[in-house]
Amino acid sequence: MSLVHVTTKVNGDEAEFLCEPRETLLDVLRDRLGLTGSKEGCGTGDCGACSVTIDGRLVSSCLVLGVEAEGKEIATIEGMAQGEALHPLQRKFIEHAALQCGFCTPGILVAAKSLLEKDPDPSEEDIRYWLAGNLCRCTGYDKIVRAVQDAAKEMREGV
Amino acid sequence: MAFDQEKDQFRVLGTRPDRPDGLDKVTGKARYGADMSASGMLHGAIVRSPHAHARIVKIDASKALAMKGVKAVVTRADFPDGQKGEDWNIMENCMAGERALYDGHAVAAVAATTPWLARDAAKAVEVEYEILPHVTDVDKAMQDGAPVIREGAANYSVPEGMHPNVVRFIEFGHGDVEKGFEEADVVMENSYTTEATHQGYIEPHACLAQMGSDGRGELWCCTQGHWFVRRMSAACLGIEVSKLRVTPSEIGGGFGGKTTVFIDPVALALSRKADRPVKIVMSREEVLRATGPTAAASMDVKIGMTKDGKMTAGKAVFRMTGGAFPMAPVDSALACAFACYDLENVQHEGYDVMSNRPKQAAYRAPGSPMAAFAVESLVDEMCRELKLDPLEVRLKNAAKEGTKSSAGPTYPRIGLVETLEAAKAHPHFTAPLGPNQGRGIASGYWMNWGGETSVSLALSEDGTVTVSVGTPDIGGSRASVAMMAAEALGVEYEDVRVNVVETGALGVNEPTHGSRATFATGLATIEAATQAKKTLCERAAAKWGIDAEAVIWEDGCAKPSGPNAGEFPPLSIGEICAKMGRTGGPISGHFEATPMGFGGSFGTHIVDVEVDPETGHTSVVRYTVVQDAGKAIHPSYVEGQFQGGAAQGIGWALNEEYIYGEDGRLQNPIFLDYRVPVASDLPMIDTVIVEVPNPGHPYGVRGVGETGITPPLPAIANAVADATGQRLRGLPVSPPKILAAIKG
Amino acid sequence: MVDVTLWSSMRRFADGQETVSVAGNTVGEVLQNLVTSYPGLEPVIEDGASLAVNGEYAGDSLQMEIKEGDEVFLLQRVRGG
Repeated sequence: MSLVHVTTKVNGDEAEFLCEPRETLLDVLRDRLGLTGSKEGCGTGDCGACSVTIDGRLVSSCLVLGVEAEGKEIATIEGMAQGEALHPLQRKFIEHAALQCGFCTPGILVAAKSLLEKDPDPSEEDIRYWLAGNLCRCTGYDKIVRAVQDAAKEMREGV
Repeated sequence: MAFDQEKDQFRVLGTRPDRPDGLDKVTGKARYGADMSASGMLHGAIVRSPHAHARIVKIDASKALAMKGVKAVVTRADFPDGQKGEDWNIMENCMAGERALYDGHAVAAVAATTPWLARDAAKAVEVEYEILPHVTDVDKAMQDGAPVIREGAANYSVPEGMHPNVVRFIEFGHGDVEKGFEEADVVMENSYTTEATHQGYIEPHACLAQMGSDGRGELWCCTQGHWFVRRMSAACLGIEVSKLRVTPSEIGGGFGGKTTVFIDPVALALSRKADRPVKIVMSREEVLRATGPTAAASMDVKIGMTKDGKMTAGKAVFRMTGGAFPMAPVDSALACAFACYDLENVQHEGYDVMSNRPKQAAYRAPGSPMAAFAVESLVDEMCRELKLDPLEVRLKNAAKEGTKSSAGPTYPRIGLVETLEAAKAHPHFTAPLGPNQGRGIASGYWMNWGGETSVSLALSEDGTVTVSVGTPDIGGSRASVAMMAAEALGVEYEDVRVNVVETGALGVNEPTHGSRATFATGLATIEAATQAKKTLCERAAAKWGIDAEAVIWEDGCAKPSGPNAGEFPPLSIGEICAKMGRTGGPISGHFEATPMGFGGSFGTHIVDVEVDPETGHTSVVRYTVVQDAGKAIHPSYVEGQFQGGAAQGIGWALNEEYIYGEDGRLQNPIFLDYRVPVASDLPMIDTVIVEVPNPGHPYGVRGVGETGITPPLPAIANAVADATGQRLRGLPVSPPKILAAIKG
Repeated sequence: MVDVTLWSSMRRFADGQETVSVAGNTVGEVLQNLVTSYPGLEPVIEDGASLAVNGEYAGDSLQMEIKEGDEVFLLQRVRGG
């Protein structure tokens, strides 16, 4: 199968790769660009472990083709911290013990960041429905929701 | 085993420091099973049976092998014969021999240069099947005329005259149940069913294998126990155990399902044949079709009770199927069934039944959730019949220290009564309910486990500490182990690093299972620290020229003690370690044991549900977990275990089930159809940590991982009954079932 | 001598007895002597059955001490997830 050349931007950096037309964006990120922070939990868009944003829009990267990244800006978990400075969500997840195995964590953080960009003051219900596409089997979501609430508060107050 | 006297004041235990692996896990740097690569690596894919039961007539891989980039194909013929007992079962499950025994059973595997090519090649492998009659239902599998899964699979325990699919039989109890039922004012007997559910860890199984023609191999994989992987893989490949080196990756959830092997021996065989490293990553569909769900259960329970709520006798007859292999957890289910009750007369009978389903794997308190569903539902039914408070009835009959347990042995110090009292005192228990709402309570138990454990603790030149452990960290155990090491040594939590090390670095460790990691690895770490402290005191004594017995270890320093010790300024751990090379060599501690005294954990849950009378949909509106932790080392992660167990139990009660069609195929092998709870399905889950110290652990720890999944099944069913007046005795209590019950 | 109570499904391998008396100072010795006295119990014990001594399940801890008068049960192995 002939490979397609794709030029894109990932976490602010120019990126080029060759991929088969059938490869997903998740395949490309993990296998061709070496960005293994996005995880595959289902491959059918049901678990959200592969959540990334394309031009600011939250997607399951297992449901996007690699070739669709052409000319777009992709943001993954690897780009969430600014150097040594963690994003407030990342800090609050550690502080609130909002992860156990941590496998769903990158996808949940990307999704939660996307929520807070749209709505800096979401209710508990808003958070639960926004994250309903991100499965976590370890925590029962309690500490995840609290961590998102606390991060949102901190970001609103600009501490 | 003698331990330091229990301390009531701890410096580190009970605090909530950041977990050491937190940073890597929030930045995407943590490396899980599928995140590893190797030079020249191939990708493996597995060919799976589309039939529930079929004879494999012929496997023709010529078309696959002719594809450019396909490097190897393996079938059962590539594995040696001769495995015995459970090793044979594991081999047969990893790669079918003469027959495919369930939908999804592996029959061949290919290795190719890309993952997509490997999948294409797997499709090109031609397998000719002769379809055989199948059975997937536990009760039908025991009936006359049911297809026999495997002749001669029954073990010594099965009396003559039972169907060949009954492979184990268990019976135990004490007292005289018939007499007990006669003494009762009310005797009720009902039948209950639970469907198989999957552990549902979000990370599919993945491994990277490298094996040479000399039979030496290396394996990187996500597992709860890499020594188990090593032993099982070596048995499948017919090599000496020590020829394999297994390194655990970070693990994306396990819940018991990653205590065995599915793809690891296959990847090793492909690697051996292709002479290249091979990575296999399962798809979600493969995980659901071919890795361990828990058993499906059909259960009869009979209980006698006096008018004032005293239980006079209990009888449980459980039938469970763990698929096409023995070892459905019917024994542990029975051992937990009446564990909460002080019963003079109790009888248990269990049947382990084979059927055309995937081989069950352990799932969080294996067997106990099903048992609790049956027994705790019936107790609730009887309380309603007799108009008694279900919590008071549980308190009246609660097992405590000195009670002859339903399994026979007398209980040591246990904390059931304390959890019931805490639940009774919780505001949730008396909060008003709204329309269409109902409240349920239930208790549950898991006996916990010790298991083979080996730990090394080494001091660095600057006095900081490295602990090498063999139990993969699933839910924060590196944090709890570091806290226990810091407490024992009198150093800062941040000065302890805990590494989960490969199979070559320690003696055999059992997996992180049975709620044993914080208990057993923690205990071994404390003992290793005690050894290191002894050496530290000896070094200080030598420097001061006094007896080692005259030196004590306090606050991370050696200090002279006693009337004849003399006056010396304390020597810190850093000061001693800076000179250890010149004062006798490296300082470390090492401990290994199969610790006992693991101390069971009881829990009591309260749940409020609201049932929509139009749709039959159940919402969980409030949930409270009360459980005995013995001593909570890191309370946040103890709460996390409570909450996670409750969420899994809620999923089992309301949504999750394996649905088999008439053709014996699994109908719902993706997360869209096998629906685990999502964030919007759940409320906040309140927790109460009860601490009844376990006398078998220096800090009083009881394992907390498993008990939490046990009470939700009956608690939800009891709450639904409270809300609707309808008792549902088969899980899941899904909207169609509730609607049918409401509409009559 | 130690009195060992058998789960009822094991009793038919010990001439139907509920409790059997065997010698031994440790879990390992008692298990060995059970097999010697009642060879029918060998597959049961090979399968991982072990003793609970005074309420504590011994599992693989064969060195655990037992003395006369202890409460001893032979029961099947259970594993967690």
